[in-house]
Parts: sequence; C-alpha cells; structure tokens
Amino acid sequence: MARIDLDLAHAYRPDPREDSDYALLPLQMRFEDGGAYALLGPSGCGKTTMLNLISGLLAPSQGSVKFDGLDVTQASPQQRNIAQVFQFPVIYDTMTVADNLAFPLRNRKMPADQIRRRVGEIAEMLELSGQLNQRAANLPADAKQKISLGRGLVRPDVSAVLFDEPLTVIDPHLKWQLRRKLKQIHHELKLTLIYVTHDQVEALTFADQVMVMTRGRSVQVGSADALFERPQHTFVGHFIGSPGMNFLPVLSQGGVLQLAGSSLPMPAGRLLPDGEFKLGVRPEYVRLARTGDSGALPATVLQLQDIGTHLLLTAGVAGQTVKARLDPDTLAPAVGDTAWLQLVSEHSCFYRNEELVA
Amino acid sequence: MKPVNQKAWLLILPVLVCVAFSAILPLMTVVNYSVQDIISPERRVFVGTEWFASVMRDEELHSALVRQLGFSLAVLAVEIPLGIALALSMPAEGWKSSAVLVIVALSLLIPWNVVGTIWQIYGRADIGLLGAALQRLGIDYSYTGNARDAWLTVLAMDVWHWTPLVALLCFAGLRSIPDAYYQAARIDGASRLAVFRYIQLPKMRGVLMIAVLLRFMDSFMIYTEPFVLTGGGPGNATTFLSQYLTQKAVGQFDLGPAAAFSLIYFLIILLLCFVLYNWMQRVGTQDKETGHA
Repeated sequence: MARIDLDLAHAYRPDPREDSDYALLPLQMRFEDGGAYALLGPSGCGKTTMLNLISGLLAPSQGSVKFDGLDVTQASPQQRNIAQVFQFPVIYDTMTVADNLAFPLRNRKMPADQIRRRVGEIAEMLELSGQLNQRAANLPADAKQKISLGRGLVRPDVSAVLFDEPLTVIDPHLKWQLRRKLKQIHHELKLTLIYVTHDQVEALTFADQVMVMTRGRSVQVGSADALFERPQHTFVGHFIGSPGMNFLPVLSQGGVLQLAGSSLPMPAGRLLPDGEFKLGVRPEYVRLARTGDSGALPATVLQLQDIGTHLLLTAGVAGQTVKARLDPDTLAPAVGDTAWLQLVSEHSCFYRNEELVA
Repeated sequence: MKPVNQKAWLLILPVLVCVAFSAILPLMTVVNYSVQDIISPERRVFVGTEWFASVMRDEELHSALVRQLGFSLAVLAVEIPLGIALALSMPAEGWKSSAVLVIVALSLLIPWNVVGTIWQIYGRADIGLLGAALQRLGIDYSYTGNARDAWLTVLAMDVWHWTPLVALLCFAGLRSIPDAYYQAARIDGASRLAVFRYIQLPKMRGVLMIAVLLRFMDSFMIYTEPFVLTGGGPGNATTFLSQYLTQKAVGQFDLGPAAAFSLIYFLIILLLCFVLYNWMQRVGTQDKETGHA
C-alpha cells in the first residue's frame, strides 16, 4: 500500500506544442494511502492514460510518479507492485479459475500453502468458491470479469489496485452487486483503489474522492457533495448531475444582478465584482414561484416530462433554456404557459472563463 | 406433430450435383478399378479384394509408408516450432511488418516444380551455392549419391518452402490477441515464457490446428518437389507414397493395385487427420478433474 504522488504530463506524440497535443496536461495529484478514488470523464479525456501512467504500463513524457515519496517514474508495473483490472475480462484460457487467481502470486514465488489460503479467501469474497476447479475459459463474461477482479485483489501487499472501467461488460443488475462488493472489499482490505469510469453514478457511489477530467485536464477533485454543490468548472456542472447545471449569462453591477432584462438582488454572502458572468444553477435548485414574486423571472414552458421520481420542466428564459427538477406533486404549468422561476439562491454559482469565482 | 417440409433439400441439390461430378464419381471409378483386373479395355475380370490383399503385403509399399510417416513427422517437428518462432520474432506493425510479411511469403508463391529445380541447382556440388559451399568445407555432400543427404535435402526444401505458411498463420493468430492480455501479464508479473505458454500459445491454438493439418496432409501427399529433385532416389531413399503410387499406376500401368492403394492411401490420410484433429481439439480444453492452486 502506498501514497501516490503525480506531478506529470503526457503526450503520445514526440513534440507536443499545443494543449491539444497532450493526452494529459500538466497536473499534480496525491492519492492517499487506503483511499477510494474515481477518475471520471467522457471518452478520450485522458483517464486511461493516467491509469497506465500510475501502473507503469506507460512512462510519462515529462514529470514524475512517486510512491510513498520514492520516485518510480521509470519502474515497471511489477516493480511498482500495482494491480490493474481492464475494461474487458482478461483470463488465462488454459487455466482453471483457481490457477488464474493464483497466477500473480506464483509469479512472485509465494509459498504454495499461502497461495492456496489467499486464493480461497479471494474466491470466497467474490463468490467464486464453487467454480475454483472449472476452466476459466468456459465461464460467462461476468464470472470472467470477477476472475480479473480477483487477480487484481489477490496480492495482499499491492501498492494500489487500478480499475479501468471494469464493469462495462457486466449486466446492470450484476453491476450493482459487483460495485457493492468492491466497496465492501475496499472496506475490508484497506487497499488504495483508483477507479476509472465515465458513469457518474458509478464514480460517486464508489469513491470518496472523484477527479473529474476533460480533454486531458483535471478540472476538479472532490467529494460527491462538493462536485454537486460547488462545481469548480462549468464542465463539472454540466457533466455531473442529470440533467446538468443550467448556465445563464448575467451582468453584475454594483451588487445587483442583471438577468434576462430583470434586476435581481445578489444572494446573501456573495461578492461579485462588476462585469459579465455565467450563472450556474442546478435543476434541483430552480423553484417554481408565484407570478410576480420578487427575484422570480417569467419563463415559457417548452416541455414537461414525468420521470416518475420528479417532473422535468424545460422552459425558455429570454432565449436561454432552463431545466428544472420539480416535485412530482407540484401543480405544474402546461406547455406554452408562462411560469415564474426562482433561479438565484444561496446555491447559485458564478463563473468567469469557465472557472468558479463565487 | 409439426408438418415436415422437405423442400429445403432442393436447396442443396446443386451442391450435391457438383460434388457428385467432382468427387464422388471419380472416387467410384477408382473403387471400380480396385476390384477388377483390367487386362485390356475389353477384358476385365472381377477379383474382389485380391488387389487390396496384395497391396497390403507389398514390402516396397511398407517401406514407402514408413519413409512417408517419418518425413511427415519430421516436417511437422521442424516447421511448426520454426514457424511459431518466426512469427514471434516478426515486427508487429509499421512498414517493417509489411516488408517482412512480403519477404516471408515469397517462397509460397513459387510453383512446386520450380522449387524442386531451385534446390536441384542449389545443391549441386559443382555450381550450386549450398553444394559447392559444403564441398569447400570438406563435407562430402551429394543428394544424388547419398541417401541421407537426399533425404535431408528434401526435408530442407520442404521446410524452406512451407515454414512461411505456418509463420503467417501464427502471425495472424498473434495479431488477434488484444493488448490488454499483454498488459495484464505485465501487471501479474508473468515472465516472457509464461506469456508464451499461457497467452500466446492458447490464443494460437486455432491457427496452429489449421497449420498442423495443412502441413501434415500436404507433406503426406508430397510429390512434385522430390520428383524433380531426386526422382525418388538414390535407390528409393526418397520415394514417398505418391511417387510410389505414380510408378505403379502410370509407370507400370497396374491400375488395379494402384486403385486399391489409392483408396488405402486416402483412408490413411483421413484417419490420421481425424486423430490429429480430435487430439488437438481436446488438448488443453478440458476441465481439470483434480486439485487446484
């Protein structure tokens, strides 16, 4: 187990000039020993690159990787003692389930009786005990992926276990089970786990700390709550949440907000310099107000969807689209009507150049 | 009961007709010959299984069969490992890979009899690169005079001609292994040997099976190259089954025994391929019955 420090950048091409030449832009990150982390972002954002840099399958084109303060930038995955689970199950076809699980231990010359005990424990944990003597090649995909997970978890002394979208090939209901299993294993084994995914639910339920990435850049590291309440970057606001944050242009003038032709008071405790900003409001924090309420804005209802747990209202405010999540019992206005929406509140975020300012 | 519709048989009728004319009818002609003594086109005598019995007792045929088996086994023993080694050492991508592929495949493009001629000249003690070089080294090499030399030359020629096929098949098999397997092996701390044993070899089993069967059948039926190179000699050191058969059928015009032998020859190949195929299907795919870890 180890604390992992990254201070690096990576480009696959030899002479990166622009930001877009980098798979991973310069970043610093510390993964604490025993923590559960998730790297979250859309495809191609650099999360797998980052994982391969940590595991040592890839050497960074600049910067360093440190395990417990020790520079391992040029060390192989074996020297780093890293375990990694890949998106598609990798199993050794000719071996039994037990041999598959024992393989990493045998390669490290662990005594046979210890191997047997360890394989037994891991199989127990992953509910593979009944299949230990079966050939791995004949099992269904989810069992194969469990074997891959098991091979990642079987070494008791690993620095960290890295998961590269390990549940992509798994059926939804098993996905849920396996995710719980992983969480439980993290609890029992106290391993450092780093989990790559593009699924926000997966990331937010699995990890204590989530790193949100886009285009080779880490835009925010934080807990699920922080990512939801105070997105540091408009991308985080847009990417986290379903639907994502609403963004509207506002003008700040002497402590008053100009929004869609109306003047609104600044939320309590916020200080904004004069100038143009982007107002970010979560659909959860858009409230339906009574006609003419102070602070409320008139909006034209464009669409109303009943999603079971809530009503999703889409409305036009001065040419901008705003989405609101409303309680299902709300007496919602009909499509085409004018609804008054309360947008600014203590939950509002203000952005300039895509970065959070207040 | 469900109504049974037999019309689907009509769909395979064209194939049946084609196969009948291309395979079944010629085969039946051979069967026809094998049970008759054809003295002249007008005079034929039915002899039952007599030809089969005499062919089975033929000493010359026995030694040809032993030679043939030895040759085919030697071909497999050399070409399969060599082909795998070649495939493993070929560059995986880029222009080098394309260039190597073309070079490796060159020998496959040469007609059989030309291969024989090439080696005939190559091995000549006076002007051939191989023969003359060996003579200079003080080795008394002669594929026309020495049975062992002739045998080795035929084997070397077949290895030269056909190992590339095995290599190309294995190369294709290797290329189909996803990168994740190699990455997982690095993570698991597998040695180079373990990667070969547990990833590359199992993933190549399909193509290897094809390679083994193709090389076995082809080498078992080898005719043109040794015919051009040694003509079956010296003595009959390199007279393999098909050459023996040709001598009988075309040389001596013993159609009956030749037909009987053809059928036996055919059955031997069929049987050996069946055994090989089943053995290779089973090896490494069964559940282990006992013990783990």
